Amino acid sequence: MEDPMAAIRETFFQECEEQLAELETGLIAMENGTAEPETVNAVFRAVHSMKGGAGIFALDQLVRFAHVFETALDKVRSATLAATPTVLGVFLRAADVLADLVRAARENTTVDDSRTKALVAEFDQINDAGEAPEAVTREAPPPVSGGLFAPVAAPEPAWEIKFTPRPALYAKANETALLLRELRRLGELDVVLDTTQLPELSELDPEGAYLTWHIRLIGDCDEAAIRHVFEFVEDDSVLVITPPEPEPAASEEPAGFLPGTVITGDNGFKFEFFPPPMADEEEAEAAAPAAVAAPAVAPREAAAPPVPKHPAVEAMAAKAEAAGAVSATIRVDLDRVDRMIDLVGELVINEAMLSQRVLEAGIARASGVAMALEELEHLTREIQDSVMAIRAQPVRSVFQRMPRLVREVAAQTHKQVRLVTEGEGTEVDKTVIERIADPLTHMIRNAIDHGLESTEKRIAAGKPAEGTVKLIALHRSGRIVLEVSDDGGGINRARVREKAIENGVIAADAQLSDDEIDNLIFLPGFSTAAKVSDISGRGVGMDVVRQSVAALGGRISISSRPGLGSTFTLSLPLTLAVLDGMVVSAHGHTLIIPLSAIVETLKPRAQDVFPLDHEINVLALRGGYVPMVDVAASLGYSETFIEPEQSVALLVEGEGGVRAVLLVDAIHGQRQVVIKSLEVNYRAVPGIGAATVMGDGRVALILDVDAVVRHARSDAGGRNAEQLSLSDAS
Amino acid sequence: MSTTVLTVDDSRAMRDMLRHSLAAAGFRVIQAEDGLHGLEMLETETPDVIVTDINMPRMDGFGFIEAVRRDVARKALPVLVLTTEVDVEKKSRARAAGATGWIVKPFDPVKLIEAIRRVSA
Repeated sequence: MEDPMAAIRETFFQECEEQLAELETGLIAMENGTAEPETVNAVFRAVHSMKGGAGIFALDQLVRFAHVFETALDKVRSATLAATPTVLGVFLRAADVLADLVRAARENTTVDDSRTKALVAEFDQINDAGEAPEAVTREAPPPVSGGLFAPVAAPEPAWEIKFTPRPALYAKANETALLLRELRRLGELDVVLDTTQLPELSELDPEGAYLTWHIRLIGDCDEAAIRHVFEFVEDDSVLVITPPEPEPAASEEPAGFLPGTVITGDNGFKFEFFPPPMADEEEAEAAAPAAVAAPAVAPREAAAPPVPKHPAVEAMAAKAEAAGAVSATIRVDLDRVDRMIDLVGELVINEAMLSQRVLEAGIARASGVAMALEELEHLTREIQDSVMAIRAQPVRSVFQRMPRLVREVAAQTHKQVRLVTEGEGTEVDKTVIERIADPLTHMIRNAIDHGLESTEKRIAAGKPAEGTVKLIALHRSGRIVLEVSDDGGGINRARVREKAIENGVIAADAQLSDDEIDNLIFLPGFSTAAKVSDISGRGVGMDVVRQSVAALGGRISISSRPGLGSTFTLSLPLTLAVLDGMVVSAHGHTLIIPLSAIVETLKPRAQDVFPLDHEINVLALRGGYVPMVDVAASLGYSETFIEPEQSVALLVEGEGGVRAVLLVDAIHGQRQVVIKSLEVNYRAVPGIGAATVMGDGRVALILDVDAVVRHARSDAGGRNAEQLSLSDAS
Repeated sequence: MSTTVLTVDDSRAMRDMLRHSLAAAGFRVIQAEDGLHGLEMLETETPDVIVTDINMPRMDGFGFIEAVRRDVARKALPVLVLTTEVDVEKKSRARAAGATGWIVKPFDPVKLIEAIRRVSA
């Protein structure tokens, strides 16, 4: 059985991620001035909640840091600290450190103490700048935790004094302020004035008494000393003094707690049982029977709070309003949704099979069966769309990570960068969301590091010192498009070309359009940076980004305008569970080729086919040459090669923009297919990406275009296919 | 019949933790995510003890306790506050709102169970 504590720990970390996202969003809203009053509370709660959970799991470093952060946030919440840009800057950096602490805790590592210390020092500074020292001294020490059974720093023992004057007290010209001043000589005071019994002004008796003081006294004194302060007013007030130490339980109350009881466990556990207010007053009155006068009824009313109409009505209204919010979302285990998507996939296949059988049985299209079946088909499609929509999520969760990245990279490169995001609400399948973060991160790093010029250069060029990186998400023709643009200098085409020639990616005399030059940066082993920088370099270039995007059935391209900036455009399918494919046949086998890989289909003419060394043919295509791959032969379906002119050719593009022409027997049309993993259901097969079940119940394999193209390249004598097509183009 | 405990806490991890330790002690555990949710649950449920957090969205612990106490039938229902707050003022507020007890997180399950048993006896 799974360890329940491990599961709870995992839940805690998941929750932390959500709270970190909320924290960052809230802080950014505060920074942009778009925060609502509730935002500050939400930000505070996020940190507070992380601290609380971290305590359970003995995550000391996290608890300590969260406590410092929380304290500062609480001050902003209570308006004792202004949320100036400086303060928010510290908060944002603290949020970053907190995120690292959470991740470190999750991986059972620690974060370098110097980072947390540096921020704690910054917190001290902002506290000193905007804070009355009094509140600092009152601050509780960070709870020292050792996990569940951790000792909690117990608050200092304190006397609790409840003091409710009767009208007679005021009538005798006693001054409560003087009493409090007197009391202060005995120790540190914490005074809360309860004004809840104060009536409306129209009903207020000028000689009445409506106030109660709750006083907490920390000091080394005895009850007599306290009583001494109230000596002259005790008869004209209700005075309840609760000592700091628990008294022995009264014999008549064996099962309960004596009012004011504090239970302390060996491990520092502290449970305090509040005295019931009603009992208090009776006790106090019994002790002072002489003073029972007409107004003495007032405290009794206080014990049973009157039911004020309006707050109740308000609460009901708020509740009704919130009830709508509660039912608006439910949390569902992802496994359940995935299972449902799987089942709907089966349903789609089954429905297609049924349709085909009905067709084969020669049933008339106008018959009841055929019409009901058509209805079923519509419903099935609709169910599929709805189920897919369940797993769709806004890209917000990924976008939220980017401001931090921008701050970090901006700091490393000493550039001023403003990030603008648009379309955070654009929805895409969860599986896709999880996998766009990395390419997006890379693109943004690249935009800041290589795209934006240095501040000096920008100023010299008459541009604002602060560079802008824009991140946009939108839906376009059934795909999600992500754009990362910068207002930097654009791609230095002369240098890209130079570099490409230097690296042997293109021939020295290759004729390339501007667009083709720009897109050279996606070729393997290409890096425009003079030195591989720590930021966008990391040993990988844009070719890796392109590769990972291609693995998702996506495409990436760049457009650039000299002096004005560059735009990366990334387009991805909305889901990884279904795929738009071209159904083809090769030597009697039905295959699916992902539509995203197909550039065009053509009918090769014999005079355009040229044999290269070995058994590889190349096809002359608009002045260039592209290697040809006989699909049936490459998958081992056939020992012989088909005649190119007898076949249908598909120009495909694999990772790194490498192209090849695939030869198949025939094309049977385009279809959306449900992807079934081959590894899960059978085993990995070279050249095959996945499988699907066709309408006739047969399994069709989905071609792994990248693998096939790579294979063709290696067959072409190790020569780079792109080089082949480009260099021979001249 | 087993004692029913309503826990009100916005943290899933804390709710899981409470459910895990209280259910093991033989309590029937029902859970709400914040004050308003807790009030909703009280429309159909009659817990023997409530354990509530203070800092929660929509309706905090103070508001929740006050609302619970407004119901005449729930004047004596034990309501324990389980919180990371160590602020004296907050404790006074909870008490004024009608809380029965105050427990500081991180909690000791054994002692929490003991406290629940005693206030519900």
